[in-house]
Order: sequence, then C-alpha cells, then structure tokens
Amino acid sequence: MINYDIVIIGGGPAGLAAAVSAYDSGVHSILILERDKELGGILGQCIHNGFGLHTFKEELTGPEYAQRYIDQVLERKIEYKLRSMVLEISPEKVITAINREDGLFEIQAGAIVLTMGCRERSRGALNIPGFRPAGVYTAGTAQRLVNLEGYMPGREVVILGSGDIGLIMARRMTLEGAKVKVVAELLPYSGGLKRNIVQCLNDFDIPLKLSHTVVDIEGNERVEGVTIAEVDEKLKPIPGTEEHYTCDTLLLSCGLIPENELSRGMGVRINPVTSGPYVNESLETSIPGVFAAGNVLHVHDLVDFVSEEAAAAGKNAAAFVKSGMAEGERHEISLSVEDGPRYTVPSTIDPAKVEGNLTVRFRVGKVIRNHFVCVYFDQDRVIHIKRPIMAPGEMEEVLLKKKFFDDHPKLAKITVRVEEA
Amino acid sequence: MYDIVIIGAGVTGCSVARELSRYNAKICVVEKEEDVCCGTSKANSAIVHAGFDAAAGSLMAKLNLIGNLMMNDLAEELDIPYRQNGSLVVCLSEEDRPNLVKLYENGLKNGVEQLRIIEKEELQALEPNISPDAVAALYAPTGGIICPFTLTIALAENANTNGVEFKFDTKVTGLHSVKDYWVIETPNGSIETKCVVNAAGVYSDVFHNMVSAKKIHITPRRGDYCLLDKNTGNFAKQTIFPLPGKFGKGVLVSPTIHGNTIVGPTAIDVDNKGGTNTAAEGLNDLIEKAGSTVKDLPIRQVITSFAGLRAHEDHHEFIIGEVEDAPGFIDCAGIESPGLTSAPAIGKMVGDLLKDKLSLSPNPNFNGTRKGVLDPKTLSKEEYAKLLKEKPAYGNIICRCEGISEGELLDAIHRPLGAKNLDGIKRRTRAGTGRCQAGFCTPRQMEILSRELGVDQSELTKCGGKSKLIVGTTKDRI
Repeated sequence: MINYDIVIIGGGPAGLAAAVSAYDSGVHSILILERDKELGGILGQCIHNGFGLHTFKEELTGPEYAQRYIDQVLERKIEYKLRSMVLEISPEKVITAINREDGLFEIQAGAIVLTMGCRERSRGALNIPGFRPAGVYTAGTAQRLVNLEGYMPGREVVILGSGDIGLIMARRMTLEGAKVKVVAELLPYSGGLKRNIVQCLNDFDIPLKLSHTVVDIEGNERVEGVTIAEVDEKLKPIPGTEEHYTCDTLLLSCGLIPENELSRGMGVRINPVTSGPYVNESLETSIPGVFAAGNVLHVHDLVDFVSEEAAAAGKNAAAFVKSGMAEGERHEISLSVEDGPRYTVPSTIDPAKVEGNLTVRFRVGKVIRNHFVCVYFDQDRVIHIKRPIMAPGEMEEVLLKKKFFDDHPKLAKITVRVEEA
Repeated sequence: MYDIVIIGAGVTGCSVARELSRYNAKICVVEKEEDVCCGTSKANSAIVHAGFDAAAGSLMAKLNLIGNLMMNDLAEELDIPYRQNGSLVVCLSEEDRPNLVKLYENGLKNGVEQLRIIEKEELQALEPNISPDAVAALYAPTGGIICPFTLTIALAENANTNGVEFKFDTKVTGLHSVKDYWVIETPNGSIETKCVVNAAGVYSDVFHNMVSAKKIHITPRRGDYCLLDKNTGNFAKQTIFPLPGKFGKGVLVSPTIHGNTIVGPTAIDVDNKGGTNTAAEGLNDLIEKAGSTVKDLPIRQVITSFAGLRAHEDHHEFIIGEVEDAPGFIDCAGIESPGLTSAPAIGKMVGDLLKDKLSLSPNPNFNGTRKGVLDPKTLSKEEYAKLLKEKPAYGNIICRCEGISEGELLDAIHRPLGAKNLDGIKRRTRAGTGRCQAGFCTPRQMEILSRELGVDQSELTKCGGKSKLIVGTTKDRI
C-alpha cells in the first residue's frame, strides 16, 4: 500500500486550491486523484469569462482560472494521477482507486480532502413525462459537447431550468447559430445569477418564463417538440396554459447535486438540506481528518468562493497531519437557522479552533427583499446587516469575528436568521 | 429460401430462435429496430412470475409455470443474473381475504410449489417496509427477478452463435403465401421462407390478420414505471403486489436484479402501437397507488421513468400455434405478462412444433452456453488484478455511477450482435443506467463507439434510426 499525508479526491478547482494550500501549510506528501484526462474539473468546459474577479481581481475564462491553480500545483511538484477513478474509501482512510496504468491500487491517507464536485439533476430525476428520444441533455453535457468536442447537440433549443449553466448555454448555443426559443423555470424566480439573466438571456432576446415547466416531450427517436405549461403555487401545471414549441433539443438546468457517493460509503454524515457533508469550522466532516470543500460540500455560484473554501480545507487538513492526526477534545457549538436561511456551512463551531475571522455561508429558501441578516450568539445579536434582496440562487455569507467568540466565553448556541427591517 | 423466418427480436422471438438453433435449419430473425429487445421486452416489470395468477387451465398458466421452472438452468447456461427473491401479494383488509384465498387456490391448481398464505407477523418479519395495514399475504418463494435486456440479448447471441441470422432495420411491410411457402416483403427486398413465426409483440395482430380470416385484436396497454436509485435497493426484499384487480396485477414494488427499486406499472389502453410516452397522470397515479402496499416509499429517489406496452389480446390469453387457415404461419400473439417468464417455455413449444412440422434433425454443433459481458465486480481480487494487467481498458471507468469500464464497452460492442448505439451499450453493460442517467458518460461513450465502429460521431444514435445524438459540428455552418 502507498502512503500519503493528504489525498485529495478530485482535481477540479476545489481540489487544486486545497492541494496548494495544504502544501503551503507545510505538508508536502500530497496526492490528487482525478478521474478526467486533465486537471481543472468542469472549468475546462466553461470557456466564458467572469471567473476570478474576487480571487485575481481580473476577469478570466474557466480554463484560464483553472490554469492559474494548475500552474501552482505544477510549481510545487504536487503529485497527481489522471484518469483515475476512486471506487471506495474506508473509514480508516484507505482509498481504493483504478486506472489503466496502475490497475487497482490502494492508498493509505493521513487526511483526506473531499472535492468531488457535483452532478446535474437528470430528466429522470425530474420525472418529466413524454417520450424518451435523443436530444434531451443536461446543460453541462451539452456544454461539454459544444465547447470541448465541437459538436452541436441541436439547432432549435428549449431550456428547462434557469440555473447558471442553462443560462450560459442559452447564450453559447445562440452564438453557435442555434435558436434558443425559451427558457422555462418552474419556480417564480431564477435559480441563476442576476448577471447571467442579463448577459445571457436579455441581451439575446431569449424569453424567460417563470413558473413554467415542461409537461410533454415529443418525438420517438429525436426530440421533435416540447410542451410547456404554467404552474400554480403548488408547482402543478395549470390545464389550459399549455404552449407548444417545435424544437430538436431540450436542455436541462434544474439543479446540481453534490456527488457524495464516496462520502456516504465511508460513513460521512450528510446534511439532507445541502446533500453535502456536515462540517465544523475546520470544514472537517463527521470523520476526523476527512475534510470537504467546494461543490461537494454545498453548491456554489462562484468558483472564487470554491477556491477560498477549499484553501481553508487544505490548510486545516495540513494542520491535522502536523498535529499527529489525533482529534483533540472538541467543544461543539451548533449553528441553527431560523426564518430564511436553509442551512449554514459550517454547521458546528469549536470556538477554540477559530483563528481570525470565520466565514459562514448559507442560502435562503425564497426571494426576500429589504431584510436584515442577523447572527445571534445565544441571545446577543452580533451581526445585523441590511440586504436589499436575497435569493436562493445567490449564496450569502457572514463573517464571524474572533472577537465575538472571545466576548462570549459561555456560548451555547449560534443562530443565523433573517429579520424584517 | 429460409426454413423459418421469425418476425420480431423481442424475448419471444429470440427464445424461439435459440430453441430452433438446436436443429439443422436455415433460420432468420427480422427486426424493424437496430437491435434486439426494443419493444415490449425492454420495458416491463423485469419479474419472473411464480404462476399463481393466470387463470387455471389456461395456456398462460401452463407456460408461466414451465417458464419459471426453466429459468434457473437457462440463466446459468446463458450467464445472466437471476434471483428467486420471492413474491408477495398483499391483502390490506380482512374483507379482501377471500380474494387472497381464491388466488392461493388458483395457484395450487396451476401447480405452483411452496405457495402459502402468511399472516401479518411473518409478513412484517419478511418485509420490514410492508404497509401497517397489511393483514396477510400470499407468499410465493419461486417468484424471481431478472434483467429482461440481458435475457433477450443472451438468447439472441446464443441463437446467432448457433447459426441463426438476424436482419435488423428490416420492417415487414407485407406477407403472403405462394404455393407451399411464404413471401415476406421488406423495404430491403422480399424474403422467402417455408414457415413464419409471428413474434411481433403489439404488432402481432397486424401480421396475423394479413394471413388469416379469423381476426385477432391486440390492444397496446401502456404501463408507466418509475425506477429508483440504488440507494433504495433494500427497500423491498420480495416483489410486492397488491391483490389483483381488473387491469392486471396492479402496481408492484420490487427490487431489480441490479439493486434498484422498480415501481409500476399503470395500465392504460392506448391506440398508438408506438405510444411509449409516459404521461403525468400515469406517473402521478402510479406514485399514489404504489404507496398502498408499503410504508414511506422513497419515491423522491426516482432516477428515471419509462413506459412499456403490453400486447393485450382481447381474451387475455396467449395465442401460440399454427394458424388454422394459414399453414406454416405460427403465431406467438398476445404475449403480455407473464410473457417474459413464459419466454423459455414458448420457445420450447414453438421449437417442438416446427421440429415436427419440418422434420428437423438435431444440429450436432449446437452449444447452448454463452458467456455474458464480463463484469469485473464478480471477479476475485487476484483475477481482477490479472485482468487489469492484461486488458488495461478495464481500468478506464466510463460510467461513474455504475462503475462500468471501457473494457466492458469494448466487450459489448465486439461480441456477436454487438452494441451499435448508446442504448445497445446501456442494455449490455448498464453504462448510463445510474443516477446521473448518462449525463457524465454520454460524450465518453460516443468517443469509444465512434472509434470502435469506425463511424463519425455525427452518425451515432441513441437507438438507431433518426435518433442522432448530435446534429453536426460548431463549424459546419461557417
């Protein structure tokens, strides 16, 4: 069996940032396992710009953003294996993986950073009725076909779901000569970033129909058309509102699901709200020495925040290794959510482990205007920030200062809630 | 001139083909689709029925039982997965108990072994997620679960290896007799044969009615299904049926042989023989009904839904045999549930009939065994390591959800009657059948299929015909 201090599962933006940060924190025995033929993960197919505004203060394309981190990995000579699929991880941190060169191999890790990312919700999971012809793709699969392979999945397109990849693909398909007829969104608000609605739909006169869904797919062999209908408050289609669109392609951008099969397999506790692991302030899962960051933890909107989160996880993994890989006494304080936020990452905090400011990220469950984000340390409101608008499609964050913890030595509970102005 | 032409490469046609390949005869299967198992055989409950519900004394009852008894040996010969997980018919109120007893007695008359009625306590021990309303159940340990794709594919492969020819993309457009033989019209030319086997599923009435004055009528009866994620695989241990009603056996909840949970079917009569489109009402109805026999069905774990068409004959009976006013034309019509279970018995019955009719002599080279697509998960660690060394393609995982490697894809593509499209790969290897429903592996499968078949990716299809996966390149309109 091969040994590494830290093994990173997945060489996408989270994995790369975790590796660099772990290395810079003084642990050099690191291995990245990546199932694709290149490092960089999904960024390789995200050829549009808008990445890196927070991290590098400039606007980069996905491949450019990824390359900055790939270069850092290469400079540090951090080891990685491509085309290598992790099949299983044991609770004792033995990783079983497979590739063409090594066959089946096992690695004993001192610490693990889970950075497997997420996958797209499929047509099947959405239970869309109709035929099952060719021409129904998730937006990400279509993005790969167009941007990496140079293939057109279709010429006349209807998009269901207004997630960011769907919005980006509406523009992308249009620029490649396809006609995007409509974007239908089940909910009364978009799941994507405001800037993507403007830049990808409005600028190209592509209609966005909120509170609409696909109720039928036609075509026995290849998609020939879809029917969309308006939905009521219970999200049920309203009879009589059906509209037919002739098209050869239906793209789906209906949500991303953290890919935690390996985490579940090793016994990591999963939060049903995020479908990602429960983590503490160190981004450590329920198994000591196993950390998680990026979209496998909770789905992000911006890669910059993925990198930031993963860097923290990498640093913490290094600290775990350097401390002799022993889990010390922990004094867990749980974060609870009320009136608005659906979850927080992290979900528990040990004040003794907090160095400097701690970022807490969360999402709200519906569009909320002119409210305050509040954080209570027991009964004491320590944060009270006005937000003109909050939406489920945009991740929120608050900074918990070290001072808050110092001021509350007998802290029992932290609450994040949204309050009226 | 062929001795026998079989119309339809579903499980019935392929079973007949394999049975007939035991004899010296020139045999051909004609199929309108690009692959075997593209009609009713591909979309059903994937159940091997014990045989208690078909009407006592019917051909259906007889062939169901024989098929069930043959399945174990057949699965072994053909190297396909099969497991007798047992069936339960759940009685939800004391009022209905007489119907349960009636079903039990019917099963006894049909000759089903080990059949018994179990009471609440035993039922709950056997099936922890059973509805708390369940008062008793009919328990049939001989019921089983099977993969209908691999059963059909294995029968076809084995028939092909033993000399049966297959013509795909060959739709039969006409049929008439000339003296003592038959002429089958297809867009690719006419085919002459001494005998015809009509195994055309929902279209079997069309061909029967072309040759016989005594008309039959087949109604396509649609069944919608939901397939749940493998993480629900232990939800049901047995195949759980409600007490049957007027429209078939009701909505079942069952594990599949591959570890998913299947829920279905509905029963909706449709006009269109190609109407395999699911409908919202059907799926909603299904979800509502499926909840009756079990508690807390994890229906949110659905990964795909689909519909199949049963070839429902007006009298709900198999029509198998030589058509009286059309000598040499053999019907296998009205093959609906328990058609999958009965397939081996139907094959034997039609095989015997044609052996006698054409005085066929045994094929001395017949080999009834077939090796399936190698599944490395069935190997020992040492064997697996050896395989990976010899064939590194097994180390390249293509389908992440099901853990299917390039090696398995190559096996599926290059075997007899190999995969020609994505559905063909899916049904032979399970690549793309997992929770992401091929979102991840589609481009990877396309690359391999294109390379191995030597065709451009723009020619690749999901399931033959016009089901092209892409419509061109980003550059072809510049």
